[in-house]
This record gives sequence, structure tokens and C-alpha cells, in this order.
Amino acid sequence: MPPTQPSAVRASTSGATLIDALLSASAAGIIELLSPNPPGWGGTLLVGLLHSIEIALGATCLGLLIGTGGAYGKLYGGPVVRDLLAVYTTIVRAVPELVLILLLYYAGTDLINQALTAMGYQRVDISGLAAGIAVLGFVQGAYSTEVIRGAILAIPQGQIEAARAYGMSPGLLLRRITLPAMLPFAIPGLANLWLIATKDTALLAVVGFYELALATRQAAGVTKAYFTFFFAAGVLYLLLSLFSNLIIGRVEAWSRRGMPSLKEAR
Amino acid sequence: MMVQSAAPVLKHTAQDGAAEAIHVENLHKKFGELHVLKGVSLSARDGEVIAIIGGSGSGKSTLLRCINCLENPTSGIIRVNGEEIKLKADSHGHTIPADRKQIERIRSKLGMVFQNFNLWSHMTLIENVIEVPVHVLGIKRDVAISEAEKLLARVGLAEKRDVYPAYLSGGQQQRAAIARALAINPRVMLFDEPTSALDPELVGEVLKVIGDLAREGRTMVLVTHEMKFAREVATHVVYLYNGLVEEEGPPEQIFGAPKSERLKQFIRNIG
Repeated sequence: MPPTQPSAVRASTSGATLIDALLSASAAGIIELLSPNPPGWGGTLLVGLLHSIEIALGATCLGLLIGTGGAYGKLYGGPVVRDLLAVYTTIVRAVPELVLILLLYYAGTDLINQALTAMGYQRVDISGLAAGIAVLGFVQGAYSTEVIRGAILAIPQGQIEAARAYGMSPGLLLRRITLPAMLPFAIPGLANLWLIATKDTALLAVVGFYELALATRQAAGVTKAYFTFFFAAGVLYLLLSLFSNLIIGRVEAWSRRGMPSLKEAR
Repeated sequence: MMVQSAAPVLKHTAQDGAAEAIHVENLHKKFGELHVLKGVSLSARDGEVIAIIGGSGSGKSTLLRCINCLENPTSGIIRVNGEEIKLKADSHGHTIPADRKQIERIRSKLGMVFQNFNLWSHMTLIENVIEVPVHVLGIKRDVAISEAEKLLARVGLAEKRDVYPAYLSGGQQQRAAIARALAINPRVMLFDEPTSALDPELVGEVLKVIGDLAREGRTMVLVTHEMKFAREVATHVVYLYNGLVEEEGPPEQIFGAPKSERLKQFIRNIG
């Protein structure tokens, strides 16, 4: 930017020009800061977002597996299985997630390494990605268990009975009847859990995992452009949510393919 | 498969030499303190149509559901196709099937039709009909589909093959459920009050399909409230009262000349 002429500062009409010039300069600065190529920090943010999505996807998949098993165990398991699952869902849902993440991350990796050294193996460095997915998946599993349990209870029981009456084995019954039939009842709850998972990844910043929140803090700290970077991160989270809604809407419409629309029944 | 003449007048012939498809002996069923079946015996030979009648709470549905172990009998013997269902006591003292594979194999030979249809709501009619042949019986998909199309045509639903059950009337759903049962080429068809959930004007279309099956010599056990229909299609009628067989015999005797006072009263009340 060329140095401002002293005469121009004195002139009130030129003042407006100055503000315009400063504004356009800061807009150009913001674009430069957010540029994906260094010295811009946009690339850093995008890498952080990618890591967040990786963790959220992994944790949700793990959570769905745990949730399906947990719901089945709670509904059809023996008394011991039911009690153990009740302890799991109660404790995980009672303790703040941040506390759980700190506990499971540090205590969990420590336990694994202690077990490994006790058995005569080398200590291993557990990757932040694997640990993050395991920890968040464990938390998601507890919530998913309850969502899926409720959804299975909402299936008209006659449909399950018909499958049994035709000689379906339990595994086949789960795959062909129970899971697809419970899906329309589970989608709203599971969609909530997915959106929460995308944002819970930010909690992993406290254990040093490089995801969007940590990337944002780093970029903001170095450049001092706090507002710019946190606003940009907010926009990225919002875009992720909007895109998720689009996909979830399609999945829900597909899962409800056998059900007449509620609008017609109104 | 035994094929009989389509003429209803011949319905009582040739039962004695036929193999026993279902044999139930001294069956007891308790739900907690409630003693629903108190020692019931029943036999269905190939080609026979057994109608089970009785008042509400007489145990007729429970009896039918015990045959394929949808309800586990408390004690008694059940033989399907000459094969006795192995039962054992679980840790709570309840009787359960001892061999899961055996019970699955037996179930896949019994075509059950429910009061509330129980079609799988996330599948179209054709998918409902091919589901068990493809996934339980291991029949090739294209073979199953062409068989299923014939069966749907037979129950008058050919043009509804790609429709989901929720978009159909009760009568159409029940006819589709009968096609689903026929698709496994069952040794015996089990009907659990197939018209009780239907609007009166839809009952006829379902009874017509069941009647046609009876006349072509399908072995069937039918729990029903439709006395006129039972008299028409059954070869043998069993009247249950309070968990016991009060009277049984050919339909002419049961409906024409009942011996037991309770049966007389039951027929008077129904008629």
C-alpha cells in the first residue's frame, strides 16, 4: 500500500477514500490469510476439517456396531449381558464427554502399553486417529444403543414373528428384517448422533489431535486474526452439517420407502 | 404332493392311507399360572383340512402356534413330517427347542398365515414372496421371481408386484401373505384366523383363495371363526373348549349333529 499523503488526511472527503482503501486491504488480507497455499492458512484448516470428518465417520461406524450389538443384548440377552450393558450405557452417558476422552485417551493408551510390556512386547505409539475413533466410538456406542433399542421396539412385532415362523436364523433375521425395518425409526436419532460426532471431534483437541478446532487455534494464534479464523471454522462446521442433512434426508426417504407419507394421513 | 379332484364332494376320500404330516400328542401350554392347553392331541394327514374352532380363550390360536414353536409348549409331543421336535428345559424351567437348526428346518416347511398379515413393510410384494425361498431355502433369485409372479397372479395380485404392503387393502395384503406362504412349497399350511382382521366385504376374496387351496388337496390346519366356511372346506373339525378337545369329527357331524352341550350352544351363538 502506498504511504498516505498528509494533505489527503486533512481533507474530510479523502477520509472516506481511506476507509474504503483500508477495508479493501483487509478483505484482500483475509483472502490471503485463508488462501489454501502458504503463507495462507486455509490448507491447514482444510486438513483439520478432513481429520475431523475422518474421526466422526470412524466413531459413528464404531458407535453403530456397538449400538446394534448393545441394543440386541439389552433386548434379547441374558441377565448378565443386560446388566453389563446397563452399566455401560449409564456410566458413559453420565460422565461428561471431555472427562471420558481424557480418561480413555490417557488411561486407555497407558493400560494397553502396560499390558504389552507385561507380556514382553515393545511399547507402541497409538495413533491419534485410532485413539480418537476408539474413544468417540465408545461414547457414541452408548447413545446409539438406546436409539437402536427404541427403534427395534417400534417395529411391529408381527413382522419379526413372521420371519421366525419361516425359519430365518437369528443372523438372517437381523440382516434382512430387523435392521431395515428399524431404520426409519432410528434415522432421526442417529442423525443427531452423527451431527454431535462431527462437533465432538473438537474435544479431541485437548489431547493434541490435529483436527479443525486445533488447526484454527494454531492459525489464529500465529496470525492474531482470531475472528477471521474462528469464523471460517464456524462456516466449515456449518457446511458439513448442511451437507450431512442433504445425505441424511435421502437415506431417510429411502428407509421409509414402504411407508405412506404422513402428509396424506393428515 | 397328493393331487385330488377339484370337486368338493370328494374331499373326505383317501385320508386313511396318507402319511401323517402333523401329529400333536397330549400338548400342554402354561403362560405363568394360566393353563391354556391342558392335553390336546391333533393329527393331520396329507390332503386333510383340519379346522380348529372354539370360543375366545379356548386355546385354538395357541395350539396352532405351538406346532411351529412360535409358542413353546410346556409339555407334549409334536411331530412334523414324522420328525419329532426336540425340546429341552432352559435355566428357568421353560421348555425351549433343543436344536435351533431343527426348528428352523421344520418351520421352513410350514406356511404360516397370520391374522394381521405380517408382511414385511420394507419390501414390495414380490420381494416379500421371494424372501424366504431365496434367503432361507437357497433358491436362485430368477427362479424364485418367476415362481413368485405365478403365485401373485394366482391370488389376483399380478399387477401389484412392485407395491409396498402399506398401500394395499387388508384383503390384498392377506392374499399376498398366502402367496408368501405358498412360495416355500409348504408341507402344511397353517392359518391363524386369516379373516378376523378384515372388513366384512374383504373376507370373501380371502376365503375364496383358501377354499381353492383346500380343494386342490393342500394339507391345512385352519383356526377360524367362519363356521360356514369351515363346514364347506374342512375334512375334520376340532372344537376346543377351555384348553381341551371337547368334540371332534367330520363337519357334518360337528355342525349337523353335535353331541356336546357346549358345542351345541357355541353353534347356536355363532349362527
